[in-house]
Amino acid sequence: MAVTGAVLVLFLIAHMIGNLKIFLGEGDFDHYAHWLRTIGEPALPHRVLLTIVEIVLTVSVVLHIWSAVSLGKRAAHARPVKYQSKKKSHAQGYATHTMRYGGIIVALFIIWHLLDLTFFAVNPLGSDATPYDRVIADFDGSRWYITIWYVLAVLLVGLHLNHGIWSAFQTLGLRSPRSNGALRALAGGVAGVVTLGFIAVPISVTFGWVS
Amino acid sequence: MSDSFYKSGEPVVDGKAPKGPIEDRWTTRKFEAKQVNPANKRKKKIIIIGTGLAGGSAGATLGEAGYHVQQFCFQDSPRRAHSIAAQGGINAAKNYRNDGDSVYRLFYETVKGGDFRSRESNVYRLADISRQIIDQCVAQGVPFAREYGGLLDNRSFGGTQVSRTFYARGQTGQQLLLGAYQALMRQVDAGNVELYPRHEMLDLIMEDGRARGVVVRNLIDGEIKHYTADAVVLASGGYGNVYFLSTNAMGSNVTASWRAHRHGALFANPCYTQIHPTCIPVSGDHQSKLTLMSESLRNDGRVWVPKKGGDTRRPSDIPEDERDYYLERIYPSFGNLVPRDIASRAAKNVCDEGRGVGPGGLGVYLDFADAIERLGRDKVEAKYGNLFEMYERITGENPYDTPMRIYPAVHYTMGGLWVDYDLESTIPGLFVIGEANFSDHGANRLGASALMQGLADGYFVLPNTINDYIARNALPPVDEKNIAAAEERVASRIEKFLSIDGDRSVDSFHRELGHIMWEYCGMERTEEGLRKALELIPALHEEFWKRVKVTGKGEELNQQLEKAGRVADFFELAELMVIDALHRTESCGGHFRAESQDEDGEAKRDDDNFGYVAAWEWAGEGEQPVLHKEDLNFEYVHPTQRSYK
Amino acid sequence: MKLTLRVWRQSGPQDKGKMVEYRLDDISPDASFLEMLDVLNEKLIADGGEPVAFDHDCREGICGMCSLVINGTPHGPEERTTTCQLHMRKFKDGEVIDVEPWRAKAFPVVKDLVVDRSAFDRIIQAGGYITAPTGTAPEAHSTPVPKPDADRAFEAAECIGCGACVAACPNGSASLFLGAKVTHLGLMPQGQPERWDRVVSMLDTHDDEGFGGCTNTGECTVACPKGIPLDVIGSLNRDYLKATAGGKKR
Repeated sequence: MAVTGAVLVLFLIAHMIGNLKIFLGEGDFDHYAHWLRTIGEPALPHRVLLTIVEIVLTVSVVLHIWSAVSLGKRAAHARPVKYQSKKKSHAQGYATHTMRYGGIIVALFIIWHLLDLTFFAVNPLGSDATPYDRVIADFDGSRWYITIWYVLAVLLVGLHLNHGIWSAFQTLGLRSPRSNGALRALAGGVAGVVTLGFIAVPISVTFGWVS
Repeated sequence: MSDSFYKSGEPVVDGKAPKGPIEDRWTTRKFEAKQVNPANKRKKKIIIIGTGLAGGSAGATLGEAGYHVQQFCFQDSPRRAHSIAAQGGINAAKNYRNDGDSVYRLFYETVKGGDFRSRESNVYRLADISRQIIDQCVAQGVPFAREYGGLLDNRSFGGTQVSRTFYARGQTGQQLLLGAYQALMRQVDAGNVELYPRHEMLDLIMEDGRARGVVVRNLIDGEIKHYTADAVVLASGGYGNVYFLSTNAMGSNVTASWRAHRHGALFANPCYTQIHPTCIPVSGDHQSKLTLMSESLRNDGRVWVPKKGGDTRRPSDIPEDERDYYLERIYPSFGNLVPRDIASRAAKNVCDEGRGVGPGGLGVYLDFADAIERLGRDKVEAKYGNLFEMYERITGENPYDTPMRIYPAVHYTMGGLWVDYDLESTIPGLFVIGEANFSDHGANRLGASALMQGLADGYFVLPNTINDYIARNALPPVDEKNIAAAEERVASRIEKFLSIDGDRSVDSFHRELGHIMWEYCGMERTEEGLRKALELIPALHEEFWKRVKVTGKGEELNQQLEKAGRVADFFELAELMVIDALHRTESCGGHFRAESQDEDGEAKRDDDNFGYVAAWEWAGEGEQPVLHKEDLNFEYVHPTQRSYK
Repeated sequence: MKLTLRVWRQSGPQDKGKMVEYRLDDISPDASFLEMLDVLNEKLIADGGEPVAFDHDCREGICGMCSLVINGTPHGPEERTTTCQLHMRKFKDGEVIDVEPWRAKAFPVVKDLVVDRSAFDRIIQAGGYITAPTGTAPEAHSTPVPKPDADRAFEAAECIGCGACVAACPNGSASLFLGAKVTHLGLMPQGQPERWDRVVSMLDTHDDEGFGGCTNTGECTVACPKGIPLDVIGSLNRDYLKATAGGKKR
């Protein structure tokens, strides 16, 4: 859980930095999208590195989900008879309790997101457009519901990270009584920055700040 | 003195204590004790009842030594034994403070603190071993309090002039018990100890006058089972719960000891009970137990009651000149720091005068207003914060704003089964350790000495004496007839409980018995009161066997049945306690006879007539018990009268 | 106070069990929760019923024998308090109170509110000790222990083994219990020789007993009557990874 999660967090940060290039203009953004496919050329053939990254990510996602499912199954097994009274939670705040259902929603979102901007199946412009145009068309003001869907999903990602990053440190035994405050801050900071970074693009497009 | 309530028997003699200089006696005894060949130990079975400090440490040590140990406790885990609740600390004559402490000083203070009613040889051995206990516990990883240099911290405790108490915050008993428990579980894992939690011993299997096993009831399913062995060890704790309300755990009981007593083990000094002055008072009829608050509170709190009786004003509304700081008034030099028994009795006296405070008028104020003014609230909080919190949790009152209410409560019983220097009872093959035996504390136990004795007995004494018995006695398998007889006794008793189907709960009897004991055989005893108790107890006992209602079946988890057995034994014990208290017309330690006090109201011992251990023999139901005296000789510490004026 | 109790009744391990409602009048707010149950039992006995079985012993918050999930919270609503030290003044007059046993596969119900917690003993048995046969101990002052280590070890060693952490954990994990012992012994110099074998053996036993995995929800530490800190699980994980991936275990 912690190791695969860490891979995914690093990817998210890189992905977010890439997204923000949209504020530098159409040329920069499309150039960046093209560069992703040509890194390492001519030493590496076209799109090799990107494919490797995609494979690592896919494996990470699959293992991350597999770990979550097996933990969930173990949990169900460990408590075959449930409490009658609604069990009250007292700990840690909201984020912790979104991990499971939030994770499922995020997984569904990722499928949508890939169909939208990787395979173009649900994108209004489809494959015959530049990446920049696809993004602009995607979050057009008339498609406000898509923007809301993206924003909600990203907020859930943020919550997921807020608990997940701290939790990863705990699982990997890197948390001590002294480092706890710093780790909480780090998790909250990364989660906040990633959330804002990802939300910035669809919001800006919808409100016409980027066109 | 009237002889009509008991019979006199032959003196009882401790035949095992070696002679010679006191400091050599233990070494001599260990040398003279026969050893069991290591290869044979595996074939020798030892049964241990109880898993507290004494039982747990004995099981771990005997298992390690290679014996085949079978160990039982009524709780769901050995870690829950009531030793866990000891707060203060454990004494050891390490002299780490360089303040003049020594084995001899600890020995001397323990004999004196016990009001000269204990055996010198035993107490010296205890003081000597105390040092090894600390080493042992540290090696097990017990997290004792430490100083910044990493060395062990000490504090001082009542009744001593040196700082020799080792502690782990207010949870010393817990940490020591967990150390013993972990060592025990290691032996369970190694296969040397078979553990039977939720099993209660209900009878002893006897053969040719020896203890050869036990009959137990599996508390989960009610199955009656027997286990035989080469020797049986009782580590089943004290009997303070005879008073119903005490600081003991709810399950603490005398059954194991009492069953042994009925088979011939003498019961020594049953009337010696320690009453702790600073407990939270009773709040109502629902009360099930009393909670002790550390005695350290008396260092800064001032004890008082209103000057006139029946004063129901709030404490803050009672002006200074209408308050009676009675300890400071009566004992100007020791003030609020007089020993436990004196503080307890003084509280009882003012409450008897009708000047007690709180519900039922059974309480006195322990006031921190002066301390808060002098030291500041922060300092007081740093020192006593956790105790104040506990008090507030239980009473709902904030002791920073309003004085605490305290009242004495039964806390520890010095009496118990009589044992010799080897900790063997008068039944061959039956050993008794920890609070269950009578040794070492005399008529009064000093603070932080109970943990010391339990661990001394279990880790160091018993494992060096039980081998002598086992080596000298190659015993045949136990005859089936004797096993069947013991099982039959248990089964018929259970059947009897279940068949009465009366109209009163077990608890209601226990409460009433406790009330009689507290009233007439509590802090202050009089001939008149004790004689009254001697009428009331048998009458209630008779009613118990007619009217008690035990619900459920024998073949299931049945907590009412468990309680019924324990309370039935408390009835018989209570009668013996009263008889012991009645026959001992002197005051000493935890036994205060109103008739035996000096002009200042201090306890007056009568060494000429009562310088002995009273060991009682069971003579049968409805028969008067037989008194056997063990004379106490003091070669090293000469009896003096205590004074705390 | 008047109260309505809904108590889990189950006659034995095989019985299905159900919640049964009882009404109580005239409960003193000064009574503890267990004393309130004593009153209920006296009433049940008087009415010819079967009293409710529940575990308890010291009634001063240290033995760890009492349990009970009260209104969905182990040991009830007051923080850092065992059920035996919880008093009725913390409830409202007329309140409906649900009382259930600890729920975990590793803690099967024996009867009513009584569960079998011997799985905890087996975890300790698997390595929760320091090997120090009686008589072999060196002089206590031969190994100083830095005060901060001793203090933190004590904090972890305060665990009373009640099982509230398991009862509270959405995953039914006993990681807090396990982490407390591993942390306590791992901080003491005396605990070093067995440190790496201990953590692996104890954790394996924990998993074999049927406890769930930890997802760091933190419910355990809030439910813990002694407030054992969550970082003991961090220490547990660190020691486990060092022992296994780090190759420290031999």
